[in-house]
Amino acid sequence: MADSTYTRRRRGPVTVVLRVLVIAYLFMLVIWPVSLVADRAFRPAGLAEGGFGPFLERLTEPGTVYAFNLTLTVAFWAVLINTVFGVGISLLLVRYRFWGRRTLSVLIDLPLSVSPVVVGLALVLAYSSARGWFGGFLESIGFAVIFSTPGLVMATAFVCLPLVIREIVPVLEEVGTDAEEAARSLGANGRQTFWRITLPAIKWALVYGVVLTAARALGEFGAVKIVSQGAEFNGETATLLVENRYSNFDEASAYAVALVLVLISIIALVVVTYLRPKEDRP
Amino acid sequence: MSIEVRGITKGYGDFVALDDVNVSIPTGQLTALLGPSGGGKSTLLRIIAGLEVADAGSVQIEGVDATSLPPQRRNVGFVFQHYAAFKHMTVAKNVAFGLEIRKRPKPEIKQRVDELLELVHLSQFAHRLPSQLSGGQRQRMALARALAVEPKVLLLDEPFGALDAKVRKELRDWLRRLHDEVHVTTVFVTHDQEEALEVADEIVVINEGRIEQVGTPEQLYDEPANDFVMGFLGEVTTLGDHLIRPHDITVHTTEQAGAVRGEIVRALRIGFEVRLFVRPAGAADEGADVVVTLTRTFARSLGLEVGTAVWLAPETGARVVPVRRGSAGVLSDETPVSTEKGATAAV
Repeated sequence: MADSTYTRRRRGPVTVVLRVLVIAYLFMLVIWPVSLVADRAFRPAGLAEGGFGPFLERLTEPGTVYAFNLTLTVAFWAVLINTVFGVGISLLLVRYRFWGRRTLSVLIDLPLSVSPVVVGLALVLAYSSARGWFGGFLESIGFAVIFSTPGLVMATAFVCLPLVIREIVPVLEEVGTDAEEAARSLGANGRQTFWRITLPAIKWALVYGVVLTAARALGEFGAVKIVSQGAEFNGETATLLVENRYSNFDEASAYAVALVLVLISIIALVVVTYLRPKEDRP
Repeated sequence: MSIEVRGITKGYGDFVALDDVNVSIPTGQLTALLGPSGGGKSTLLRIIAGLEVADAGSVQIEGVDATSLPPQRRNVGFVFQHYAAFKHMTVAKNVAFGLEIRKRPKPEIKQRVDELLELVHLSQFAHRLPSQLSGGQRQRMALARALAVEPKVLLLDEPFGALDAKVRKELRDWLRRLHDEVHVTTVFVTHDQEEALEVADEIVVINEGRIEQVGTPEQLYDEPANDFVMGFLGEVTTLGDHLIRPHDITVHTTEQAGAVRGEIVRALRIGFEVRLFVRPAGAADEGADVVVTLTRTFARSLGLEVGTAVWLAPETGARVVPVRRGSAGVLSDETPVSTEKGATAAV
């Protein structure tokens, strides 16, 4: 739509000042500090050697590999769970009118506003062995939630909960029910209508939400910190590893892993930017 | 009778969309549900299709009680005002949808889709996406899609409402010809009386959730059951104590027994037609003005112009309906009731 993308073409002094301000702000706050991380990842520090070879070595040592594995496992399950529930909850919120719908909608945004540390504490209270509703039962079957991978998945899923939903809901509202009703009148049952009509309509929003969720899940720290043992080979995710190594004077490894996390986020952003225009297609 | 609607009642909160509606829709004909926006006609259509559930009453389609059947088992074709195209599928895939759901063999589907695209003149667009079609083409695609499953009845909800005037007129003629070819029982909703009069075999006039009259276009136009039907199916004006069509009034320039005396206060010329606004003697403001239409030639031969004194009388054989006191508002085309969109959105 040509008229909605109208921008001011005049380049007066205000434009120049604004541009300088914005670039300076971004540089001081984001670009410069992050570039220092990249720089440090390759620079010799104390006893550690610099350069690309040692950088790779630090990334492939067993502790680091374990941490990345754990992070990817947790992110995978959190994304999967949030995708399935996200689509379900979005459909419920948009297509049905029921008592408490607005409350539900507000509750879904809660994870965005509550500090992840609080999320972690809450999960520890609810799911620790011998505590909460299921504590005794979980202990009796020898299944640990807290201080184990399921706890990490739960904490991450909790924190990322709104991301998929908030992408899908506006799209579902916009596409309306006409196409779904047409499919029903043509003989499709609920399942067929969902797979053939609803899902293709929200496809790009869903992909966008999944990418955001994945990026957020990989970088989650606060909630994970509380529910994990956080020791090497024992619940240490990539973000926890960065913090542990940093405070144990192994800064070189901390920077190497930090740089990889930054690169993953940048790749996610590129993917999202690439997907965005497709969302606007008629 | 193809569709039997018995005692259908439907409300949205305090708003009564349909109030104990009974109607029979004949087989193989083109029936129009005509009425103002918010009058309940779309709701009735959606209840017949199963897209909406009535609070009370029953619907029979071809002798089968469909009241509690879900839409996918009623075997009706439904066409929406805004096309409801499956945006991610090509035109051919859109038309094939119902057949693929029914798991028909591939060659049969292909043949049927080709036939239907031929019928709606979209053969050369088979591999385009709906977004690459014009509004009229999209609506023809939607019709082909609905016809593909060989529905017992075809239901169209304001099918031409989103199109511009010219395309609308073309599609209207085309729908009439298509129906003469295909003969499927068709019900379409419209608020445009011209569309209903031109296309339909039978018209059901619905207002404020009730059926006002059912009949052929001629019956409705010539023998309206009440002032609402008369007002909705064409222009009306008040002459004395009666409603009358503006072209059914004779204008005299000399005094006549029983005629209403007045003075021309405004004259409008639209093409061959002249529209006179005559203020009866003793009337204070323009609310009481009588509208008279006549041909330009006739107006000129009488020497009518603003300020001329005239005597107005109903033409012989003209249909008049007594004015219902206090209900003058019903006569305007824009009846002030809540819009249909708002009513269905509340579900």
